[in-house]
Amino acid sequence: MLAELVDIVHFAEAGPVEPDARVDIAFVEGSITTAGELQRIQRVRANSRYLITIGACATAGGIQALRNNANVRDWMAAIYAQSEFIDTLETSTAIAEHVRVDFELWGCPISSQQIVAVIRALLFGVVPLQEQDSLCFECKRQGNVCVLVTGQQACMGPVTKAGCGALCPKFGRACYACYGPKENANPDSLSQRFQGFGLLPDEIAHKFLSINNSAPVFAEAGKKAKENGHD
Amino acid sequence: MTERRDISIKVPVLARVEGEGALDIEVRDGKIEQLNLRIFEPPRLFEKFLEGRSYNEVADIVARICGICPVAYQMSAVHAIEQVFECDPGPWVRDMRRLLYCGEWLESHGLHVHLLALPDYFGFNSVAEMAKQFPDEVRRGLALQGIGNEIIRFFGGRSVHPIGVRVGGFYKAPKAADAAALLQKVQQQLTHAEALLRWSASLDLPDSTQDFVSVATRHAGEYAMNEGRIVSDAGHDLASENFENYFKEHQAPHSTALHCHLDDRPYLVGPLARLNLNHDRLPAAIKSLLHECGIVFPDRNMFHSIIARSVEIYYGLYEATRILENYVVPGLSYVEAIPKAGIGFGCTEAPRGLLWHRYELDAAGRIVQATIVPPTSQNQARIEEDLHNELLAFGLEHDDAALRLRAEMVIRNYDPCISCSTHFLDLRVQRS
Repeated sequence: MLAELVDIVHFAEAGPVEPDARVDIAFVEGSITTAGELQRIQRVRANSRYLITIGACATAGGIQALRNNANVRDWMAAIYAQSEFIDTLETSTAIAEHVRVDFELWGCPISSQQIVAVIRALLFGVVPLQEQDSLCFECKRQGNVCVLVTGQQACMGPVTKAGCGALCPKFGRACYACYGPKENANPDSLSQRFQGFGLLPDEIAHKFLSINNSAPVFAEAGKKAKENGHD
Repeated sequence: MTERRDISIKVPVLARVEGEGALDIEVRDGKIEQLNLRIFEPPRLFEKFLEGRSYNEVADIVARICGICPVAYQMSAVHAIEQVFECDPGPWVRDMRRLLYCGEWLESHGLHVHLLALPDYFGFNSVAEMAKQFPDEVRRGLALQGIGNEIIRFFGGRSVHPIGVRVGGFYKAPKAADAAALLQKVQQQLTHAEALLRWSASLDLPDSTQDFVSVATRHAGEYAMNEGRIVSDAGHDLASENFENYFKEHQAPHSTALHCHLDDRPYLVGPLARLNLNHDRLPAAIKSLLHECGIVFPDRNMFHSIIARSVEIYYGLYEATRILENYVVPGLSYVEAIPKAGIGFGCTEAPRGLLWHRYELDAAGRIVQATIVPPTSQNQARIEEDLHNELLAFGLEHDDAALRLRAEMVIRNYDPCISCSTHFLDLRVQRS
């Protein structure tokens, strides 16, 4: 049992609260969006042998990073009567923008296998394997009918990291890239294909600017698509 | 004569709630002068993220508001959008959405009862400690949570941020053989759920009755989940489009969750409120089981929320059984929605209570404006009122550790999902 090989030191939702303990592994979820978190992440880094981000927010800024190109103060004023009471930074940023990150677990949500695999690898003293294939590999291995080629749907599979189990294509729908960009993705080619399907520039931009909108490859592709719209 | 000492308690993080919140209590001359449940979860701005997006992206985006109740967000959203499009997905989709919701109630209530709430009642700090003395009960609880996750996976591939829901229905209909296999697993859990219900009714829970208003949706023929009118035990009976005329959100300086009042008063949403208002809609077999266990609704003891969740766990399995027994694979698992401009409302019963959405769409089906009122922000004012009453009734002469535990138990009764409501409990008692 993995649970017998590790001690859970700090996990507030489950009970143990030791935010300043020194640990072997710190799993960090969530992006940096407040001044307090900017300082807290430095302490977590200093207290941890390995710092591993879990999920799209910690690894790429998450859907919350959609605020990064908006006027947050105006938005806050639209939602809160007195937005000056709200403690927030203008941006939502990935942990790696602030401290060294040892391993990243991509996905929104990540799967329990990803957590188990990384802990097991570290217990064995080996470097954890990081998934780099595209979702298409995973999808082909399952023998799914291609939703992009056959279904003419705007599937993000070709530029998205494998790891979820190719769930969306298995359900007959287009992947929406919740596992982030794969290694050496070619978003320009995919954007062109989407254009061929009749998607408008804004619609193409939304494909990239979603759960992992701040991952550099996706951010760039989204920006390009929008600029095409203004030509 | 009670000793009145100056004491300050500070707990950096409240354990066993979803998200991060803080509690400030100021006691002077034996009176509570100030009591604020502070929610410091950074603002999450989802309503703004949705603007300009297509209707078919909404279910995937709003799911990200909560890892424990993504289905609730998906349900309120698709119902609201379908209202705009005047799209009726028909009886198969309706039944399957109910089954999916049963899965989320089972998963969320199973988690809350066993991992978050129960350890308090036996003096444990976590479920891991509790599991050493109550291994069978904890295993049973995890199995009940697990069957909920399995039902969600049945439709959505995964239990967190499932991918199966779309406007008009589901992307894919599960196979009959998979439904039959799931039915068998659901039926196996019914005895677990009955045992949990009997056990919860036998627990030595604090005896504390308060006066409060319960709010829930109510349906003419069934225990409401996805459809119904918004009713209260203060006589309200409203269509969901009239929510904003009666329920007012306002901002408290100490919180990033907007507080919500009904007719200027705090009110309760969630399992206990639902049962207070809709216990007559439970199937006869469950009513007689409740009678046998001596469980009576309406019930004004918030500590009985754990019983209410156990009742809904049993109901969730009972209803899932009924739906799965009648499962057929449909010709189409969704109806194609045709976009048009307008305003739509979705009001469904998240595990923690009423979840109200309003969307304004343009003619192409893009979001012009979105408003989302989650259950925890609705309960926040009620939690503060409850804490005030309960700590006075409990007695401020108790030491800080006892007061803090009592306060945390009160808060956990509501299963607050602080991330939803905008995360953190840091209790400071100032005595002077």
